[in-house]
Amino acid sequence: MQMSGAQMVCEAIIAEGVTTVFGYPGGAIMHVYDEVYKQNGFEHILNRHEQASVHAADGYARATGEVGVAMVTSGPGFTNAVTGLATAYMDSIPIVVISGQVPSQLIGTDGFQEIDAVGISRPCTKHNFLVRSLEELPRLLKEAFYIARSGRPGPVLIDIPKDITVDIGEFVYPDTVNIPSYKPTYVGNKRQIEKAVEAIKKAKKPLLYIGGGVVLSNASDLVRELAKKTQIPAVETLMARGVLGAKNPLLLGMLGMHGNYASNMAMSETDLVISLGARFDDRVTGKLSEFAKYADIIHVDIDASNIGKIVDVDYPIVGDITEVVEAMMPQLDGIDTDRYEAWRSILKRYDELHPQSFVDSDEVIKPQWAIERIGELVGENAIITSDVGQHQMWAAQHFPFDRPRQWINSGGLGTMGFGFPAALGVKKAFPEKTVINITGDGSILMNMQELVTAAEYKIPVINMILNNHFLGMVRQWQTFFYEKRYAETDLSFQPNWKALAEACGGIGYDVTTKEEFDAAIKDAIAQDKVCFMNVIINRFEDVLPMVPSGGALFNMMLPQKVDKTKETK
Amino acid sequence: MKNSSNERRVISVIVLNESSVLARITALFAGRGYNIESLTVAPIPESDMSHITIATNGSAKVMEQITKQLHKLIPVYKVIEHEEMVEKEMVLAKFPIAEHLSDIGALCAAYNGGIVNVGREMIIAMVADEPQRIKHFIEASQRYNPSEIVRGGVVAIER
Repeated sequence: MQMSGAQMVCEAIIAEGVTTVFGYPGGAIMHVYDEVYKQNGFEHILNRHEQASVHAADGYARATGEVGVAMVTSGPGFTNAVTGLATAYMDSIPIVVISGQVPSQLIGTDGFQEIDAVGISRPCTKHNFLVRSLEELPRLLKEAFYIARSGRPGPVLIDIPKDITVDIGEFVYPDTVNIPSYKPTYVGNKRQIEKAVEAIKKAKKPLLYIGGGVVLSNASDLVRELAKKTQIPAVETLMARGVLGAKNPLLLGMLGMHGNYASNMAMSETDLVISLGARFDDRVTGKLSEFAKYADIIHVDIDASNIGKIVDVDYPIVGDITEVVEAMMPQLDGIDTDRYEAWRSILKRYDELHPQSFVDSDEVIKPQWAIERIGELVGENAIITSDVGQHQMWAAQHFPFDRPRQWINSGGLGTMGFGFPAALGVKKAFPEKTVINITGDGSILMNMQELVTAAEYKIPVINMILNNHFLGMVRQWQTFFYEKRYAETDLSFQPNWKALAEACGGIGYDVTTKEEFDAAIKDAIAQDKVCFMNVIINRFEDVLPMVPSGGALFNMMLPQKVDKTKETK
Repeated sequence: MKNSSNERRVISVIVLNESSVLARITALFAGRGYNIESLTVAPIPESDMSHITIATNGSAKVMEQITKQLHKLIPVYKVIEHEEMVEKEMVLAKFPIAEHLSDIGALCAAYNGGIVNVGREMIIAMVADEPQRIKHFIEASQRYNPSEIVRGGVVAIER
C-alpha cells in the first residue's frame, strides 16, 4: 500500500497494538502529527513536557509489560526526552521513542532545532536509529519494537528526518525480524542449571535474591512456586517488590542500603546466593568485600554482561528467568526442605529482633503510617508509583505489595519527577485501578505541569505528597554525615498546594491529621479527579535501617525505639 | 585504566556495515573507561560486514566485560578475543633525501619492508611486521632522521 512515512509510523504503532501514545508536537514531527490527527487506532495524550511523555510511556510499559510509545520533535523536544530514555534504560523498560529530525539535506548544518539525537542517546538507549531512507522505515519501525521488548528489554529511539515523513512509498509491515547480529539467549545452559540445582541441594543456608528481571520476565508465579517448593527464604530488591507478595512467609523483605535487618543479615550469612534477575547494584551490595562473604553465587540473568560484572560468580546461567526456573523445577522434586529449617529459624529470630518498624505518633503524621494506611484503605486495588527520595524508600519498605507491576519507580537512574507522569501512563492502561503517586515536596515540582495534562484528559491519579519541607533524603545524609549543614535542602518556602492543584483543574487537600488523611483518600477516590494531597509529616523522620554508603550490609543504623517527633533543627 | 594488572589484548569485532557502528564501539570504550591502544576497520570482502581490530589492555575481568559489552551492541555479530594469532602492523616513514638510500633500504629489508617511493626531497619506506618489531624498526630508523612516521594500527587473524 502506498503511503507517506508519517502514515507508516502510525500504522506501525497500531500494528504493534499500542493503545495510548504520549507526546508533544513540533516542527520536525508535524507530518506525523497530521496523521495522528486523522487516525483512530490509538489515543494520543499531550503531556506538557517531553520528559513527562517518555515517563508516561515508561509507566504504561511497566504496568502492562507491553511496549510504551512516546513521540517528540527534534532539538529541544528530543533533549527533553533524554532523561526519560535514561530512566527506562537503567531499569530495562521497553519503550519506543519516535523523534522528528530536521530534513535529511539539513543534517549536519546546525539547522533550526537540529541536534544529533542518535549521538546523544547512544549511551542511554538499548539501540537507536537515524532513518536514512523511506524504504528502510517499515523495517526499522518493526526492529525498534522487537529490540525494545526482546532479550533484556530497553528503550529504542527512532529518529526520522522530516522529508522521510513526507515522502510516499510502499508500506508492508514485516511479520518477522531478522537481525543476524542480535539473537538473545533465552534457554539456559542445561549443564550449568544441573550444577546449580546440585548446589541448592547441598547448601545449608541458601537465599533467593530476587531482582527486577523476574518482573520483566513475567516469572513471578514461577518464582513463588520455586520458593514454595524449596522453602528457601528470599529477599527482594527495590525493583522486585511484589514478586513474592507481602504475605509470603518466605519473604524476609527488601535488602540493601534501606533493607530490613533480617534481609541484610541473611545476605551477610548465606552460603548460597540464588540471584534471579538481579544485578548486584551498589545500593544493594554495600561494601563488596563483605557482601555475601561466605556464599557461592548462582547468577541467572538474560544479559551476560551482568554476570561477573560486580561479583565473581560460581554458577553463571545466561537465560530468561522463566526458561531457567522452569528447567530447574522438575530437578527439585523431592528436595529436602527440612534441611534449611535451622537457617529459616535463625532468620526468623533476626526479624523478631529488629522488625521493619517505626514509632507512630498521635501529634503528627508519620510517613510510614500514611503508606501503611493506603495499604489498608486501597490495598490490592492500588498501583503505586513513586518519585525518588525518602518517600520512595518508605513506600518500598511499608506498602504491602502483593503482586508484580504494582510498584512502579525509577530504581536505577533515580529520577525525581518520574512518579506523576508515570502514573498517567499506568492509569491509562488500568483505568479501574486506584493509581497513587507517592511523592515528596521536592520531587513533585519536577513534573507538576502534568496537572494540566491529567485534568484535561481526566486521568484521575492521586499525588500523595509526603511533605517534610525538605529534600528529605539529602537532608538525612546531611544530618548523618555533614554535621547538620543543610545546604540547599530546606524547602520551607512552599507553594499553596491546594490552590496550585485547583488552578490547573485538579483538587487539593491539606492534611495534617490521621482523620483528614482518611477523609482525603476517600474523597479523592470518589471525586475521580487528579489531586494533590499535601500530607504534612514529621519533619526530621529518617529512612531506617540505613547502611551508610560503602559500609558492609550488616552494619546498619537501626530505628530508635523512641519518638523523635520533637527533634528540631 | 580501571585495573592495575593490565595485559595487552587484541580483539576482533565483526559488525554489520551500517552507519555509526564505529561510533557505537568507540563510545562504549569511552563511556565505560576502557582503553583503546589502536583500532583498524575495513569491510570484509563480499559481505555486508566489517572487521574491526582493537588492541586494548586491562585485567582479565575488564577484558571479559569489554567482550560482553561489545556483544550487547545490536550490530555486533561476533567478538573474537585472540589467543593464538598472527598479528601485523604497518608503518610508513619519510626520510630526507640526504640520507643513504641503501642504508635505509637495508634497514627496511631487515623488517620485511622496503622503499616504496623516492622523490626529489624525500624517501618513503614501508614496513609491515609484528607490533613489537615495528617499535624496534622505529627506534632503529631514528638515526636516519625521519621527518614523519605514520603507524597503521594492528590487524590480527586467529591461527
